Order: sequence, then structure tokens, then C-alpha cells
Amino acid sequence: MDTPCPGPSPAACWLTIADLHANNALQFASATGKFHAPMHSQATADPVPLLSARALAFSRNEEPIFGPIDFSLHAGEVVLIEGDNGSGKTTLLKVLSGLLLPSSGTIELHGETLTMSRLSQQVALMGHLPGLKADLTALENLEFSIGVFGLRAGNTPLLALASLGLQGYEHVAVRLLSAGQKKRVALARLLLVPAALWLLDEPYANLDKEGIDLVNRLLEAHARRGGAALITSHGAYAFTSGSPRRLPLRPAA
Amino acid sequence: MRYGTLGSACAALIRRDLLLTWRRRGDALNPALFALMVVALFPLALGPEPNQLMQIAAGIVFVAILLASLLALDALFRSDYEDGTLEQIVLSPHPLPVLLACRIGAHWLTTAVPLILVAPLLAEMLHLPRAVLPVLMLALAVATPLLSLLGAVCVALTVGMRRSGMLLALLVLPLYVPVLIFAAGACNAAQAGLPFLAPLLLLGAGLALALVLVPLACAAALRISIS
Repeated sequence: MDTPCPGPSPAACWLTIADLHANNALQFASATGKFHAPMHSQATADPVPLLSARALAFSRNEEPIFGPIDFSLHAGEVVLIEGDNGSGKTTLLKVLSGLLLPSSGTIELHGETLTMSRLSQQVALMGHLPGLKADLTALENLEFSIGVFGLRAGNTPLLALASLGLQGYEHVAVRLLSAGQKKRVALARLLLVPAALWLLDEPYANLDKEGIDLVNRLLEAHARRGGAALITSHGAYAFTSGSPRRLPLRPAA
Repeated sequence: MRYGTLGSACAALIRRDLLLTWRRRGDALNPALFALMVVALFPLALGPEPNQLMQIAAGIVFVAILLASLLALDALFRSDYEDGTLEQIVLSPHPLPVLLACRIGAHWLTTAVPLILVAPLLAEMLHLPRAVLPVLMLALAVATPLLSLLGAVCVALTVGMRRSGMLLALLVLPLYVPVLIFAAGACNAAQAGLPFLAPLLLLGAGLALALVLVPLACAAALRISIS
């Protein structure tokens, strides 16, 4: 097994449609107030955190954007990054994904330092832009992602689209989809690629209430099979299930 | 669990680009139509004297093709940058220079190959001697990949800026001029009955160098552009 899977049986690790519809609420690691505090249950079973950042800071043109911050993220955790507009949430995710080079500090994935020249198969970023080609269909877009990033066992593009409520839209050009539907296609990509760490920038934006529930179910299922996720929110959308750990981000002074 | 391999990533990228071109096949013909229009205007402006046109035919064909490829250049990374797919490509765990080389290759295939195909027609319109046509095609086959590669570095540098068209042209033209001189020079030499191999070999050497260095430079430039 290439990815850590703290669950009882490996078969339970990978997301299936049944997982998505299961309403079983496995609680996320509860709020601790401090980001570097030791985590409970599943988390303590895996001593090496999936992601850890030490004294991580980023400045653009000498102007500090965020940090320095320290935190670690263990398998099975979903952490909500909270902050006002301009507090550096998006930049933090870009730095953690390897898209931007941090000004100082280190990022470790499974205890190995992340470098620009060796980005990890373990990280999937969903940014503000959906990253879809408007002239291709949803299915063709997903097939491109699979070619580049790989495919999670037991999933197919059709299954992933169906689980996001996009049956019947597989062969529709993305240009013709609504903003919320594009978001769902981008979420379908997360289900397909074999990444353990999801970095989601405003995953609730443009989604209806049902879509928000869907994102929460996806996050739950992902955490249950040993994945982890960092999500940003400016606080307008409630994270409904469980009480996720929160990482407040303030603009650097 | 199956991780993407470098081969599958390159195949997916090329497949995607060809599919996108096919979806917008009308747009894909634009550079060739542009070159055709430019070449059609010259006899109108200079008069239809075959002897006069024959003298400058090779030069006009190369200038028209160079300008047409400049026209298509901005599309190389622009749309990928605007819809966020460039971020996904940069984030992929595979070596970025290799992926960009595939991207540039696909761009050459979809923009320069139609220009090469239309070149015999352009040459015929300007009464280029038929004996020179093989040299012209050979020069185009070596020069157009070089134009695509040199242009790609400049596009990668300017993709983060809005309305970078003028800046791009300023950056690209000095790099394109030597290619134009050698390619048109080879045709002119052939037309005058002189040896024409040396400029073509120089172009080939430039292409070999660019094939190796450009993807690396492109990757570095893109990382700067998206930060």
C-alpha cells in the first residue's frame, strides 16, 4: 500500500460511492485550540505527521503575507484554515502544495522535506480556478488529470462524476456547465487522483446547500480512509459535520 | 492505486492539446489564413511581374510564416494560465521541463505544421522556382520548431502579465531575426545556385541546442510567472 492507511482493513481505505452516501459521522479530530498539540485516536497511531510545517512564512516583495506558523496535520484530520480576506489563506495553500517557495521555514510530507524539483504525488490542490478546459467535456478533463496524476484504485471517472451528482453531464462541454457544476467536476478530480493530502481553497464557494453537504461527506470519507485535508474558509459557510480543528490565520504584522 | 507515469502524463497532455485544437479547428486555421493573406497582398502592391516576385519570394514566405507563428504564440500558455490548468501541470509530480516540451511539441504540431503544409502554395503564388521548393521546405522544417521553442520561453516569461502582446513581440523578435536570416539565406543561396547547406546546418545546431535548453528555461520562467 503506497499511502498510510490507519483503518482496520485496507479495503476500507478507498473511497467508494457507498462511502459517500454513508451518513455515519466519524468525528474529525476535535478542536484543540493549539495547532501543534498532540492529536487523539487515529492521529497518535501514526507518529509521523502527513504534513508538518515549521516556522513557515511567506513574503512577496519583502511584504510579509503570513507566518511564521507551525502546525502539523495527521492522517484522518480535516483542518479548517480561517482568516479574513487578504490574510494569506490561498497563499498558504499554494506554498504547501509546492507552487510557491516559502520565504522561510520548512514543509515536510511524511517526514520528507518538500522541494520544488520533487513535488509529491501525495498532494492535490483545488484552487480558486477550477483548472478545467472549457472546450473539453467533464469526462475528458478528468481523463487528462488521471493521465497526469494517476488513478485511485477502485474508482473511475464515471463513478466519480455520478457520486457528485453529475450523471448525464459526462459528455457536456465544461463551458456549458454552471459555476457550481464546474466546482463539482473539480471535486470529482480529487476523488480520482491518488493523493492523501487535499488542499482545498474555498471548497464551499458556488455550491448549493446539497453541494456543501456533499463536500462535507467527501471530506469525512477521505479522512476515514486515512487522508487529510486543509480547507480554507472566510467563515461565511458553516462546516456542518463534526467540529474540525481550526487554524486561525492572521495577516503577518 | 495507480500513480501517473511520465509517459502517461505526456500522452494525456498531447492528447488534450490535439483534442482542444480539434474542438476549435476554425481557430487553428487562422495562422495559415493570415500567411496566405499577407502573401496574396504582395503581388497586388508590387505588380504581378514574375521576375520581380521571384527575387523576393523566399523572403516573403519566411516573413509571412514568422508573423503568423508570432500570432499564434500567445495562446501557448495563456488559456492554461487563465483557467488554472497550468497550476495543475506545474503541480504534477513529473519533471516540468518534459511536460512543457510536450506542450510546445503539440503547439508546433497544431500551429506550425499547417503553415508548412500551406508553404508550397505560398511559394507558387510568388513564382518561386520549383527547384528551390525542397530547400524551402527543409528550411521551414528546421526553422519552425526553433521559432516555437524560442517563442515559448518568452511566452512563459510574460504569461503572468495582462496585455503582454507588445512586450512579447519585443522579446521575441530579436530572437526570431537570426532564424529568419539563416532560413531565408539558405533559400536565396539555393536560388542563386550557391551552396546552401551551411545556414541549414547552423539552424539545425540551434534547434538541437534549443530542444535541450528551452524546456528547462521555460520551466524556470513559468515558476516565476505563476508566483
